[in-house]
Amino acid sequence: MREKTKDLNHSSMKRHIGIKAQTHISNTAIYVILVVMSIVWLLPFVFIVLQSFRVESTYPVGYVVPQKWGLDNYINLGKTDFWHWYLNTFIAALATAVLQTVIVLCMSYTLSRFRFNGRKALMKFILILGMFPGMLTMIILYRVLADLGLTQQNALPGLILVYVASSGMGYYVSKGFFDTIPKSLDEAARIDGATRAQVLYKIILPLAKPIVIYTILTAFMAPWGDFVFARYVAMGTPSGYNVAVGLYSWLTIDQINSRYTMFCAGGVCVAVPVAILFMCLQKYYVSGVTGGAVKG
Amino acid sequence: MKQYSDLEYLKLSKWHRFILKIANFFLGIPMWFAHLGIKIWTYIKKFGIAVKDTFVDIYETFQNGDYKTRISFFIMGFGSLARGQILRGILFLLFELVFIFYMIFAGAHWLSLLPSLGKEGPELNSHYDPNLDAYVTVYHDNSFKILLYGVLTIFFIIALIYTWRLNIKQNKISQQILASGKPLKRTKDDLRSLVDEQFHKTLLALPTLGIFMFTVLPMVFMILVAFTNYDGAHNGFSNSLFHWVGLDNFKTMLTWTSGGNSYSAAFGEILVWTLIWAFFATFTNYFLGMFVAMMINKKGIRLKKMWRMILILTIAIPQFISLLYVSKMFAVNGIINGTLMKWGWIQEPLPFWTNPTWARVTVIIINIWIGIPYLMLITTGILMNIPADLLESAKIDGANAFQQYTKITLPYMLFITGPYLLTSFTANMNNFNVIYLLTAGGPANSAASSAAGSVGFTDLLITWLFKITTGAESQYYMASIIGILVFVVVALISLIVYSVLPSVKNEEDFQ
Repeated sequence: MREKTKDLNHSSMKRHIGIKAQTHISNTAIYVILVVMSIVWLLPFVFIVLQSFRVESTYPVGYVVPQKWGLDNYINLGKTDFWHWYLNTFIAALATAVLQTVIVLCMSYTLSRFRFNGRKALMKFILILGMFPGMLTMIILYRVLADLGLTQQNALPGLILVYVASSGMGYYVSKGFFDTIPKSLDEAARIDGATRAQVLYKIILPLAKPIVIYTILTAFMAPWGDFVFARYVAMGTPSGYNVAVGLYSWLTIDQINSRYTMFCAGGVCVAVPVAILFMCLQKYYVSGVTGGAVKG
Repeated sequence: MKQYSDLEYLKLSKWHRFILKIANFFLGIPMWFAHLGIKIWTYIKKFGIAVKDTFVDIYETFQNGDYKTRISFFIMGFGSLARGQILRGILFLLFELVFIFYMIFAGAHWLSLLPSLGKEGPELNSHYDPNLDAYVTVYHDNSFKILLYGVLTIFFIIALIYTWRLNIKQNKISQQILASGKPLKRTKDDLRSLVDEQFHKTLLALPTLGIFMFTVLPMVFMILVAFTNYDGAHNGFSNSLFHWVGLDNFKTMLTWTSGGNSYSAAFGEILVWTLIWAFFATFTNYFLGMFVAMMINKKGIRLKKMWRMILILTIAIPQFISLLYVSKMFAVNGIINGTLMKWGWIQEPLPFWTNPTWARVTVIIINIWIGIPYLMLITTGILMNIPADLLESAKIDGANAFQQYTKITLPYMLFITGPYLLTSFTANMNNFNVIYLLTAGGPANSAASSAAGSVGFTDLLITWLFKITTGAESQYYMASIIGILVFVVVALISLIVYSVLPSVKNEEDFQ
């Protein structure tokens, strides 16, 4: 009997140590993986910064650390249209952030809170419409914008118009958020005599701060990366480019050898402010992304 | 097929059940179509009844209407004006007047040209201009505008019919209210209701107008383009008109000639790759992202915030910078090859972008680099919501980590993120940015290219569409057909997944 207990104790102790060691090993393995991952994820950005300071040559090379350091690439940016493109993109991003947020919030709030005839039909229609590749409409939008004189050097207003106009179709994430605000709040306010509009401004909007910031943030970031439509609308007129189109044009075969390091410098100039803004507001971004995925 | 009772079913082996499930799924397909057919038929019947009811209602309104109502049949808004609802009346009347003016001065012209898409094309260098001392081109009809404004006019007519019907309903209701001795709503009440009961109309006005003008109308236009010969050489105005060609383009697309020299062969090849790509892009990201999230979430791992922050940085930096840069890193003379050669690990540069298989695998791997941070964010929150007691009791019952994962975590995740997986699959099918910025579709696939523009081995349907649109020949009609086919594929996948999802839910709903 006694032997047995001893034996049991012994084996359980052994197991205990085993588990501890196991956790230790697995944690170490995880740390190793995480460190390797961090390196892989950060390396391209480190490379791009390093190469932007390379002075000795302007074409892509097979090594990373510059042999001669300097700010030449950044200074040379001023001699090109880069800052013009930068301004274009910044204006587009600002305008889109404001207008798109208004439209998306109108749409998502309405679809979340009101029950009216045709609501389900409208949602289904938008779902089906979204299954067509949006790129298809590019051709005709270009022709229409061209008729309105909003292409090439005047591409900016046309771009903003197109970014904003159909943005109501992306209502899903913020509708998911509005759905989580209890309806009893609305009803209480309605009983106290508030109109629907007052309910929105005075009660819902203050509560919806995270999703408002999320919408502004995503709307602001999108124009920095838009490449397809911006290129189509500018149609080879550099003064109508945004940064994505402009920098892409520096990597074409005939330009890459003289502009590659400038591309890196330009990339840094774009990425740093956008990334800082994003990192400051990432809390809201995370909540938006997570909520949107769960709602589907 | 043998029917099993619940008890018998549970006694079967795992494989037997699995095979049974698959068999049932395929056997269910005919039933599914039958149900669909019945559904469509009921819709048609319902629609027919609704149309009949509408006509009856219109007829009865006229029969029972007073003179105000009857005049409203011809002059919209007359009844509202006569009954003191000034704002509504003016809006109705204004709409009718605008419509009449539009039809007389523009609409009729566009509509009459719509069947032919223009009669007179440009006369190239035909007229002598003494001022320029040269022959100049005289332009006539513009097919593009005819199609666009023709479609717009048809929408306008539909809108008028709808408004006319609304106007008649209004009259009927007003008459009923007055007959029951109650007062009608005044203009002031109408305006107030726009920020109150009718607030949704105010809110939706702008977004839906935008969607209609910038998505619906262009989409209808582009779908119609599939039935024309609109391309770079027939741009409808400056070189030649374009015309309706019926189903010719669909025939071109679907005709199969051997040797990969046709659109159908190119389409098949690209579709297969698009589906493979979407599958891998979705599921590698999903599982690896979940894995990373679980690693960071694990008890005892420190600096959780820092690891997440590092990954999030990829989201913060605009994709065109990171993707373009990474694509150059993997180039023949890029950093990766340069470093590997310097270390003496390889003699020749690795063909990341020049060999079809290498390119395809590289694209998928780089997409993991892009995608893991998003999935890590999404899954972190959901993983934390898994009831801890479930995992705890599984542990006590002796389940190891792998069993816990496959029996609890994974079913839970799939249950919650099922719809997300579907949207992410379809989004990946149309993932233009990653493919175009990394490879621009390359390396070139000469076998498929001969029929269909410069097709590459990593081209998705969406980048192919883009290339056709912007290419030298600009075959817009082909782009349009590809767009329609993309829609069909996406819609089919969504339908199937949605019809399967509830069953998945019922089976794996363990809560």
